[in-house]
Amino acid sequence: MADEITVEQLADDMYDLVKKAEGKKKYKPNDLIKEVITKYGDKVDKKDGKEAIKLLMDSERCVYSYAGGSFVELAK
Amino acid sequence: MSDSKTPLLDELEKGPWPSFVKEIKKAARTSRKAKDLLGQLELSYKDKKTHWKHGGIVGVRGYGGGIIGRFSDVPEEFPGAAHFHTVRVNQPSGWFYTTDALRQLCDIWDKYGSGLTNMHGSTGDTVFLGAGSDELEDIFTELSKAEWDLGGSGSDVRTPSCCVGPARCEFACYDTLALTYDLTMAYQDELHRPLFPYKWKFKMAGCPNDCVASIARADFSIIGTWRDEIRIDQAAVAEYAEKGLDIQSDAIRRCPTRCMKWDGNTLKINDHQCTRCMHCINVMPKALRPGTDTGAVILIGAKAPIVQGAILSSVLVPFMKIEPPYEELKDLIEKIWEFWDEHGVARERIGELIQRVGLGNFLEAIDIEPSPQMITQPRDNPYIFYEEYYAEEKEGGEA
Ligand code: HEM
Ligand code: HEM
Ligand code: SF4
Ligand code: SF4
Repeated sequence: MADEITVEQLADDMYDLVKKAEGKKKYKPNDLIKEVITKYGDKVDKKDGKEAIKLLMDSERCVYSYAGGSFVELAK
Repeated sequence: MSDSKTPLLDELEKGPWPSFVKEIKKAARTSRKAKDLLGQLELSYKDKKTHWKHGGIVGVRGYGGGIIGRFSDVPEEFPGAAHFHTVRVNQPSGWFYTTDALRQLCDIWDKYGSGLTNMHGSTGDTVFLGAGSDELEDIFTELSKAEWDLGGSGSDVRTPSCCVGPARCEFACYDTLALTYDLTMAYQDELHRPLFPYKWKFKMAGCPNDCVASIARADFSIIGTWRDEIRIDQAAVAEYAEKGLDIQSDAIRRCPTRCMKWDGNTLKINDHQCTRCMHCINVMPKALRPGTDTGAVILIGAKAPIVQGAILSSVLVPFMKIEPPYEELKDLIEKIWEFWDEHGVARERIGELIQRVGLGNFLEAIDIEPSPQMITQPRDNPYIFYEEYYAEEKEGGEA
């Protein structure tokens, strides 16, 4: 098993979370980072999480939205 | 009777003061957006309610901040104002522009937007009012090509701003413009990619006069000060006296710590008592100047009321040297962010978080020793509970 968890993998995981939660719950960027850290334990850290969100945005799969606070949502 | 279509707004043009209505009407001659904005605004005055909807997903690729979404709730009636987003453009430090740069901004904005601007928004940015959703990418591309960038909005670092500092002001105790530029560049990710519980504002003031009002408006205020002695030019003091300044009542008696003396010939300051309030220096700028061992006080936690009442920032570090590459400052900032990320709840500013968990716990987390300068407001007691001090007392008493 490959021990290295790539940023791409994290971004995919985050995307799945956002997609599953669509219409029910909105994720804040930090919630997503906390989710993947919970999932992978100390194999990933906050910096990896931040990079994954960057990737998620730059790949245009997700966008930021704002309603009182900032959230990550699926790109239309 | 006038046949004006905006009788209610016309009222706001009366009187000698400048009027935003006049300006929008000017823009409306060439811009459909401005014309419909006027129409919608008149309707709002008639209906006594706003016709703007807040928020929604608007922005440019990759950025989470910089654009504030506004949609009309009467778009059929006023199609030009259907989308009326605000674009925040990161202003240069100290708001210094060349006329060329201003023209560049205006040209971009005339081409894509309503032509209406706000120089400057309360965060500090140049504000473009009235962008359509479809135009945002083009506006951003043109701005980027001309080397402008968007500022912050949402739960991120907001566009850092500063007083004019050493560029024009002899009181500046550190280079506010350089620090503003440095923090803006260093925290690009934090500016453009919201990751915080809520907004974070940096404001740099060169001296305690605090011309950017950082103490009331910034989560993190960096206010210039000095730790040696006020420089006194006795001859210049005498000249002020000769020319009719009442030194006793205008300077000495208004010193909040009463640490000055004037015997008619010589001005003496007990610098140990001086709180660096700037009062005497402001009264006699030719005679008195801040010391030469300069730096800044770091304060934390101001905010305007939303969840709780307004709070002013309070002292976190009584004195820090402010020199490139600003490592000590950045270490502190990042430690605070770490703590806020971990413990802040949604929409909680750092000042509120500190109130909630207690200053003692906060200081411990960011590794700062409590000090007597940490007070909630001027002339108050320190609000630290010195546990160790009491513990030692007790042990001493028992022994
Ligand atoms: C119409 C009535 C009043 C007016 C127009 C007035 C006006 C003012 C003004 C202009 C200041 C100076 C503020 C500054 O320099 O920042 C001041 C300060 C002050 N006033 Fe009043 N005042 C009034 C009534 C009162 C009353 C009834 C009290 C107390 C019972 C009071 C207590 C004070 C105190 C304690 C300060 C000093 C605050 C400080 O410097 O920390 N005032 N007032
Ligand atoms: C035994 C009674 C009192 C004691 C020992 C006392 C003591 C003090 C002290 C030590 C200060 C600080 C002075 C400074 O910062 O230089 C102060 C300020 C002040 N006190 Fe009192 N005080 C007493 C009663 C009162 C009363 C009854 C009032 C009002 C009715 C009052 C109103 C004020 C105000 C407004 C200030 C602030 C003045 C300023 O900041 O300019 N005090 N007091
Ligand atoms: S805050 Fe001080 S240094 Fe800055 S412009 Fe005002 S007086 Fe000058
Ligand atoms: S700076 Fe303020 S506290 Fe210091 S001597 Fe001057 S008036 Fe007094």
